[in-house]
Amino acid sequence: MHTLPQQLANGLFLGSTYGLIAIGYTMVYGIVQLINFAHGEIFMTGGFGALTVYLVLPHGTSLWLALPLMLIGGALTSVLIALGAERFAYRPLRNAPRLAPLIAAIGLSLALQQAVHNLYPKATSPRVFPQLHAGPWNLGSIHIQAGDLFTVLAAPICMIILALFVQRSRTGRAMQATAQDPDTAQLMGVDTNKIIATAFGIGALFAAVAAVCYGLRYGQVDYSMGFQAGLKAFTAAVLGGIGNIYGAMLGGLVLGLAESLATAYISDIPGMQQLGGGSWANVWAFVLLILVLLFRPQGLLGERVADRA
Amino acid sequence: MRHRSLLVLSIALTGALTLTACGSRGGSSGGSSNASSGVTVTIGVDAPLSGQNSATGLGIEYGVKIAVDDANANHLVPGVTFAIKALDDQAQPATGQQNATALVADSSVLGVVGPLNSGVAQSMQQVFATANLVEISPSNTNPQLTQGPNWASGQKVRGYKTYFRTATTDALQGAFAAQYASGIGKKKAFVVDDKQTYGAGLAGIFKDSFQKDGGSIAGTDHVNTGDKDFSALVTKVKSSGADLLYYGGQYDEASLLTKQLKAAGDNIPLMGGDGIYSTTYISTAGQGSEGDYATAVGVPVDTLATAKDFIAKYKAANYPGDYGDYGGYSYDAATAIIKSVGTVLAANGNKLPSDARSKVVDAVQNVDFNGIAGHVSFDQYGDTTNKQLTVYQVTGGKWVSVKTGTYTG
Repeated sequence: MHTLPQQLANGLFLGSTYGLIAIGYTMVYGIVQLINFAHGEIFMTGGFGALTVYLVLPHGTSLWLALPLMLIGGALTSVLIALGAERFAYRPLRNAPRLAPLIAAIGLSLALQQAVHNLYPKATSPRVFPQLHAGPWNLGSIHIQAGDLFTVLAAPICMIILALFVQRSRTGRAMQATAQDPDTAQLMGVDTNKIIATAFGIGALFAAVAAVCYGLRYGQVDYSMGFQAGLKAFTAAVLGGIGNIYGAMLGGLVLGLAESLATAYISDIPGMQQLGGGSWANVWAFVLLILVLLFRPQGLLGERVADRA
Repeated sequence: MRHRSLLVLSIALTGALTLTACGSRGGSSGGSSNASSGVTVTIGVDAPLSGQNSATGLGIEYGVKIAVDDANANHLVPGVTFAIKALDDQAQPATGQQNATALVADSSVLGVVGPLNSGVAQSMQQVFATANLVEISPSNTNPQLTQGPNWASGQKVRGYKTYFRTATTDALQGAFAAQYASGIGKKKAFVVDDKQTYGAGLAGIFKDSFQKDGGSIAGTDHVNTGDKDFSALVTKVKSSGADLLYYGGQYDEASLLTKQLKAAGDNIPLMGGDGIYSTTYISTAGQGSEGDYATAVGVPVDTLATAKDFIAKYKAANYPGDYGDYGGYSYDAATAIIKSVGTVLAANGNKLPSDARSKVVDAVQNVDFNGIAGHVSFDQYGDTTNKQLTVYQVTGGKWVSVKTGTYTG
């Protein structure tokens, strides 16, 4: 058990990325009740956007200098794609049966994957992402690397900014109103189209930050990275209570911790050797999800917009 | 409104499907048909040309392409122009099987080079056997493919007479690796595999041989292909006190595993099979790969005088894949098919017989020539008779061969 602090930290680092991506699912769902299955690919394009910025910068630029620009580049890519998707794929389907935008999202996700695969130079195999050369640091028995540190700092900063934005700003309040009742909000003078686009944009922005975290932690981005990450983040959003932005972050952390602890310790339980280990981490993550949904169908924190059936 | 929605939806879906189709077709355009000659014979290629393992997969495609270009330029088989038809299996057994069916359906295909992955080969063998179409893998190393499921207990049975390979098997590779590891003083190994036919098989053989050689196993674990985060596993390995991490699988996961292991402060080498022997492994893992070991079949291609011309052509064409792994073996596999087509033609008055495919199978069984990566001939199971293996180590950001030989039990 002497590895426990390190395993908890591993789960925290992993979960922070899930949480950041989960925000995008949860905000869009909270406002338009759409599961944007293309969100994983929006995350992926953010990674490639950031990589592109790094590649066009003069060779040898310090990563500390490049990183803010990469974040901006990744965010611009993700946000533009998300806004484009919202405007041209989802908005025309807004009054269609629920299934139609869902299928459009799946189609869009395939299209984005293949577009990057075919159009981005050498994206047929993973592309190397630049690495921060700092650390590692030892905190007691916990070993922390630069990529992990970036992730674990970025996540709460993003969360605080988002919370302030939603609660304090005029647009944030309009978002809450739209989430509660889009028709009434519109009657009150809220431009719902603009609000919905904002939700997509913020989700994409966070996905891009998550993609940079991902690139820094794993040292690579690839065109298919959005699928698994997106699935996990979606799970995290449901786990935390889809529609609830704090729930998304909490769900991400819980999921990351569950995976990391399952990998580390389940095979130590007598009779469970066959069911432990790294390849079972996903299984245990989903077992956890099912358990939570059985006993608390609204997710850990519940959806905030409770008055909308 | 409803109609408009449906329109948008169908456009989105059509777009997605079109793009998907483009993706799977990627790289198949290679070929060199020359309409002026008489007959065109197609050499099929099946390998992962995109996604997972694609760097190695592209190495196979271009190895075959160079062989075909050479055969055409040198008129190796007079009156026949060779072309290639490369299909992308994305390292998926199901896709490989579809590709096998597609290659069988193309009557100009008289032989196939591929696939890369043993698991994919398993799903293709039957299709080729039914059609009597010869298949030569440059890289499959799972013993079961040629010697049947009970090979370990000595009951070797050849399942498919159309299946051959120019790579030697994991039974030798895993044992060779274990012998080398013990030889450099490794005592305690942590063994991880990716649960695939190739990876799990290799890891199992390594584990048994390493224990036989006096080593102990600090722990075992499995990962999923496509996983990126191994932090929990790495923590486990670190606390197990192992002095070697053996990985059965491909470089996609291995490179991340070794990188995360070294980043976590555990400075033990990762050792793997030919699945990790790739320059992509080093470029992805960066500094983390320094000191890692890989075994690979045959002798290092760059040290062979016979392969100089091949390597020069490969580099000049600026192909994106790695020739290092199997490019040379793919070249030899394609050449074996080309020569066999020549034999069949010569025996039939320079015309292709109606049962050309099955005649080519027989001719391949009897090929005997010096290829660019070593001697090419096959034993009664379809395995290569060239059983040399090499251990490589990452030194200064490059794979450097440290030991070449054959396994001695």
